[in-house]
Amino acid sequence: MRKVITKIILYTSVIVIVVWCVFPLYWAFVSSIKPDEDLFETNPSLIPHRITFINYVKVFSERPFHINIINSAIVAGATTLLALIIGVSAGYAIARLKFRGKVAVMSIILAVSMFPQVSILGSLFLILRSLHLINTYSGLILPYISLNLPLTVWVLQNFFRELPVEVEEAALMDGCSRFRLLWSIVVPMSSPGLVATGLLVFINSWNEFLFALTFMQRPEKYTIPVAIALFKEATQYEIPWGQIMAATIIVTLPLILLVLAFQNRIIEGLSAGSVKG
Amino acid sequence: MILPAILVISVIAFFPLFETFYDSFYSFSLRPGSVKRFVGLMNYERLMEDPRFIAALKHTVFFTVVSVFFETVLGILMAVVVHQKFPLRGLVRAAMLVPWAIPTAVSSQMWRWMFHDQFGIVSKWWVKLGIISPGTPILGRPSLAMWAIIFVDVWKTTPFMAILILAALQVIPEELYEAARIDGANAVQRFFKITIPLILPTIGVALIFRTLDALRVFDVVYVMTRGAVGTETLAVYNRHVLMGRAFTGNWFGYGSAISVAIFVIISIFAVIYMKSLRLKFD
Repeated sequence: MRKVITKIILYTSVIVIVVWCVFPLYWAFVSSIKPDEDLFETNPSLIPHRITFINYVKVFSERPFHINIINSAIVAGATTLLALIIGVSAGYAIARLKFRGKVAVMSIILAVSMFPQVSILGSLFLILRSLHLINTYSGLILPYISLNLPLTVWVLQNFFRELPVEVEEAALMDGCSRFRLLWSIVVPMSSPGLVATGLLVFINSWNEFLFALTFMQRPEKYTIPVAIALFKEATQYEIPWGQIMAATIIVTLPLILLVLAFQNRIIEGLSAGSVKG
Repeated sequence: MILPAILVISVIAFFPLFETFYDSFYSFSLRPGSVKRFVGLMNYERLMEDPRFIAALKHTVFFTVVSVFFETVLGILMAVVVHQKFPLRGLVRAAMLVPWAIPTAVSSQMWRWMFHDQFGIVSKWWVKLGIISPGTPILGRPSLAMWAIIFVDVWKTTPFMAILILAALQVIPEELYEAARIDGANAVQRFFKITIPLILPTIGVALIFRTLDALRVFDVVYVMTRGAVGTETLAVYNRHVLMGRAFTGNWFGYGSAISVAIFVIISIFAVIYMKSLRLKFD
């Protein structure tokens, strides 16, 4: 009897957790495929009676949402690539080389991860404006690299430390340079760590809002979060909730698939870096 | 090898921070040709007397304390549940990453729709539960709006918290529980005497991270209410001064002073974090 009760409590809790986590996404999906008459209904039904994909068409025909997707892909992609390249060499140096001021360097890098972004918002805007980088991809990629480097360096140096030293020592004995050693031996061996870190950096940059909102001021330069957050500004009357929900689903699905495919890697990365969400 | 990293961080993080500090002693606007005028500590004096700044500080602290509290307590419970054995456990854990993976600005829009005064499903449920009367604009009422924002933050962050705590739960050796069971400790005693003490370090780290994050909250507030009806936080107010007012009047220096204030507040917490992490290299 006790066992049965424990089971019931456990299963109920599990169901509550799952509903809690995915219901908003489910609701966005249901709302996106309802025709407007069913959407603006004071007693909304949990399951759609009629299905339409008109909102998915309108998102691309009535507004430049595909451009927003391209913007986000370019910015997040470039950030991930560059942050990894810079992060790999810094992380390797910290993990393997002996040099003076290492603790100081690491403290500085970590300190940056605690920076409240808004504290540098104004002056970064001034700097980017004087360099004519407002409304450009570089104007967003550069700050994003800097935001993500602490995480990248921290997780990668932890990862490099775990690698067997013997292989590297043997390569060094054979006259391999540190630089070649890093890129042709260490990096290939670290692909799991790189994937985990890269995913986190990509998701961070894909999701960033404050800088994107401030440094991209023309609608055709908006990244996805900004485009979706400022959706209503495009129409004059009713907020197009059906379209907003369609856009939400379009940009969330790839993230969900990434998460499902790389669940364990992401959890490892999160726990190793114990990073901000 | 480490030079590029240091270079990027210096140019994009430290230099702007220094610049912000410097600008906070001046008065000027973002209009082209605006002349910088040195005003000493005037911006900071103004800060102390600005009711909107004081209010934003209060809202931020309230948001931080309440949301971090609920996230921690619910996060522990959630972690304990998914630590048990049940079918499809992997899938359930993946589902827990969903709220974290959706951009906050995007999920805030999802919630705005659910909080819609006429057609929102959450509004409908809250009316049924007697929390609100029919037709109440949840995001338009003081105090109710702040609670709704906290609710969304708790939704997003609790599963994330749970996953961090779960990692700590998984390394507790089963023998400890066995021994306690033999000694006659019941489930509640085992939880408070074994589980909690062993996951305390993880909770501590997660707690400080969350606090730092909550203190600079921007996205959810900006999207849900734009800071209206008593929900304006420090970051939202700061951006309003820097990127709104400063285009028309000499407010940029004052905005910089707010930025410095936020930086100082968060640094205090960050120092505590650095201390508790006990950094070790080599």
